[in-house]
Amino acid sequence: MRTLLAVLLLAPALALAASAGIKLDRAPVDLNDNPSLQRGAQVFVNYCLSCHSANYMRYNRLQDLGLTEQQIKDNLMLAGEKVGDTMTIAMRAKDGAEWFGAAPPDLTVIARSRGADWLYTFMRTFYQDPARATGWNNLAFPSVGMPHVLYELQGTQVLNVVTATDALGHQVESRTLALAAPGKMDKIQYDQLVGDLVNYLVYMGEPSAKSRVQIGLYVMIFLLILILVTWLLKRAYWKDLH
Amino acid sequence: MAAVDKQPVTGAGPFNGVLTWVDARFPLISLWRDHLADYYAPKNFNFWYYFGSLALLVLVIQILTGIFLTMNYKPDAAQAFASVEYIMRDVPGGWIIRYMHSTGASMFFVVVYLHMFRGIMYGSYRKPRELLWIFGCLIYLVMMAEAFLGYLLPWGQMSYWGAQVIVNLFAAVPIIGEDLSIWIRGDYVVSDATLNRFFALHVIAVPLALLLLVMLHLISLHEVGSNNPDGVEVKKRLDPKTNKPVDGIPFHPYYTVKDIFGVSVFLLVFCAIMFFAPTMGGYFLEYNNFVPANPMQTPEHIAPVWYFTPYYSILRAVPPLFGSQFWGVAAMGGAVMILFLMPWLDRSPVKSIRYKGTLFKSWLAAFVITFIILGYLGTKPTTVWGQFGFQTFFMDTRDVATWVARLGTLIYFLFFLLMPWYSRRDKCKQEPERVTH
Amino acid sequence: MSDKELDRSKRGFLVATSVVGGVATVGVAAPFVASMFPSERAKAMGAPVAVDVGQLAPGEMIRVEWRGKPVWVVRRTKEMLESIQKSEDKVTDPKLEIDQQPEYAKNESRSIKPEILVLVGVCTHLGCSPQFKPKEVSPEMGEDWVGGFYCPCHGSKFDFAGRVYKGAPAPTNLVVPPHTYLAESTILIGEDNKGA
Repeated sequence: MRTLLAVLLLAPALALAASAGIKLDRAPVDLNDNPSLQRGAQVFVNYCLSCHSANYMRYNRLQDLGLTEQQIKDNLMLAGEKVGDTMTIAMRAKDGAEWFGAAPPDLTVIARSRGADWLYTFMRTFYQDPARATGWNNLAFPSVGMPHVLYELQGTQVLNVVTATDALGHQVESRTLALAAPGKMDKIQYDQLVGDLVNYLVYMGEPSAKSRVQIGLYVMIFLLILILVTWLLKRAYWKDLH
Repeated sequence: MAAVDKQPVTGAGPFNGVLTWVDARFPLISLWRDHLADYYAPKNFNFWYYFGSLALLVLVIQILTGIFLTMNYKPDAAQAFASVEYIMRDVPGGWIIRYMHSTGASMFFVVVYLHMFRGIMYGSYRKPRELLWIFGCLIYLVMMAEAFLGYLLPWGQMSYWGAQVIVNLFAAVPIIGEDLSIWIRGDYVVSDATLNRFFALHVIAVPLALLLLVMLHLISLHEVGSNNPDGVEVKKRLDPKTNKPVDGIPFHPYYTVKDIFGVSVFLLVFCAIMFFAPTMGGYFLEYNNFVPANPMQTPEHIAPVWYFTPYYSILRAVPPLFGSQFWGVAAMGGAVMILFLMPWLDRSPVKSIRYKGTLFKSWLAAFVITFIILGYLGTKPTTVWGQFGFQTFFMDTRDVATWVARLGTLIYFLFFLLMPWYSRRDKCKQEPERVTH
Repeated sequence: MSDKELDRSKRGFLVATSVVGGVATVGVAAPFVASMFPSERAKAMGAPVAVDVGQLAPGEMIRVEWRGKPVWVVRRTKEMLESIQKSEDKVTDPKLEIDQQPEYAKNESRSIKPEILVLVGVCTHLGCSPQFKPKEVSPEMGEDWVGGFYCPCHGSKFDFAGRVYKGAPAPTNLVVPPHTYLAESTILIGEDNKGA
């Protein structure tokens, strides 16, 4: 146990070295853009929801996005679930762990832990890597267990590593991706698709976020009135003192 | 004290009869007078005197929201994480209650830290308020326990590994440490058993202790009377006619209306955080805590919640000596416990910072800056400020931040340990006879 | 100080603060009160249930769960329907004056289609679930039993329209839940046409 403690105290230092990350691209998140959220939901159920669950998200909650229950049933529910069900999957976590090395995580709150920009970057930086069992690797998540599910849309990228010497004589390694085989979409279309998906994931991470901000504005206005009234009350009493 | 001796209640509107009946059987009117209407507080309270009543407000918020969270939370390792998301999504209004509780936890510490700083500034721990200060320190200690226990309940990665680290600190206690930490967990690692008992302690045992201590804190405050920014005892100067302090005003209505105003302003800040930034950029709700606890995998970077980080920094700063982590743990514990000694460390002839000299002011400034820097460093990996270009000869601690934290730890303790010396030597100004304004 | 007459401005601001503070209290109370109503999960689990009665033979009953309660669906035989008329003067509320059924089931058979009976299988006395007792297979119910339901807890008897017999501890008839026909032989229990 004492060694564990020592390890844990040192862990942060070790970890930082391991995750020396890449620069993240900014995700186009807009929770008021219902068409984008609806497209994102469509991508999510079509591509993600076979391996990843969203166990805390109910289908009928998607009415937040301006859809009716019937539209949700017709377009977004692929199996015969009830509209009040959560987005579960048939695959068992144990099988997932066997097939991919780690069970595909539940994605309900993934945007809250990973952040939108990371997800946006991750989904766009898969590249072909014959050294990996899946044949795929990723810049944002090195040695990720997940294969590139959207490669038919994005096309196949390969990694180019260029090592150069900078003015101070340090070796600088730059890692870029190049499109080796085009997919069904061009870069702008694909980025938009991933942007919609990430937008949806952010919504799903906290479905109440939009009403939270709206209610918050009313609360602020109300509290300003309360502050004014209580300040006047305080002044009325304190004017007797000197 | 027979009931017949009491005067009937007058002037309270239509309820005189009821109040008279109750007062004949319960010290209603005398309680009201002793603690509000006839409790004389110095008239020169400033901004810093809001935080006591605000701390009470946050305590009420935490208890109230806590009760309602308990209605839907499940203290079960298999269901805890899901039940929190259930509250956030499926329970009507659940997200408001949960964010109130999580924001309240952090705001509790904000308010209490400011309240404590006020006490240090104006010498509110000095005679005759030593016991008042000690009750306050106990409240702080119990609050830390409460916060730590509660932080495990969402059963996210940070909950889990935070608890793992803190409980392992007990393992560093010589001889009994190992058994002690196992006893606390009820298992060999943090597990369902740990979660279940932390839940019991968090929702019942510790809040009861907290309420009791708050009561003792208030009773002793009302016994000795409030201090003030001038550090002058208002009780010493009574109006010969009324026998009331000339520099005092009744708590009710003057400070009740003032505190209500303070509460309104505080609620604006509280609600702004709760509605617009409930995670506070990862400081109030950590990002990694949205990942369910996984005993097989430590997150890349673990740090306690911000209010513990100054002490976490001290823990990390102390190197293992003679092959034992105990010294770091002892330093961390000592950093909290030393607060209890404040009333006896300060030997200054005056109470308030207004009349203390440059020496005390400089030490206090250094202490505050140090506390903030230690707090910041505790949230970051030790490599945050880079590394020295060489390796130290006796141990491998090349990180710049580690050495800054060591210096900070030294200043933290010297502020207290040298206080008897510098507070006596300090060139103080003459304390006034009466409060200024 | 408290003996002094409050001056006018103080009184005005006291009232104003009380009003705004009262609004604040109501506002704060709202999420707490709301949180005790059924959650989305409870609503999803209590969602309307579709039942296929195509396979249900005459004289048979099936039980389905709706909102955690047993709901009976009985395909009544001709004899069962006739037995309802026989019990007309033995039941407490033959005219269905107490509101225990939707408007569309306020008829002689207490159902949309005469042969299909849908009832919440919870005794209106203390909440036990009564038993299905057709005449032919229930000799223990006595000679004059025309068939119906019998509550084992306190002996309440109901006829094949769920109407309670006189002298039973249960005060009212069994409840007919809201239901509607999605198709010829599919009933949706828990929702009627009003909502759709």
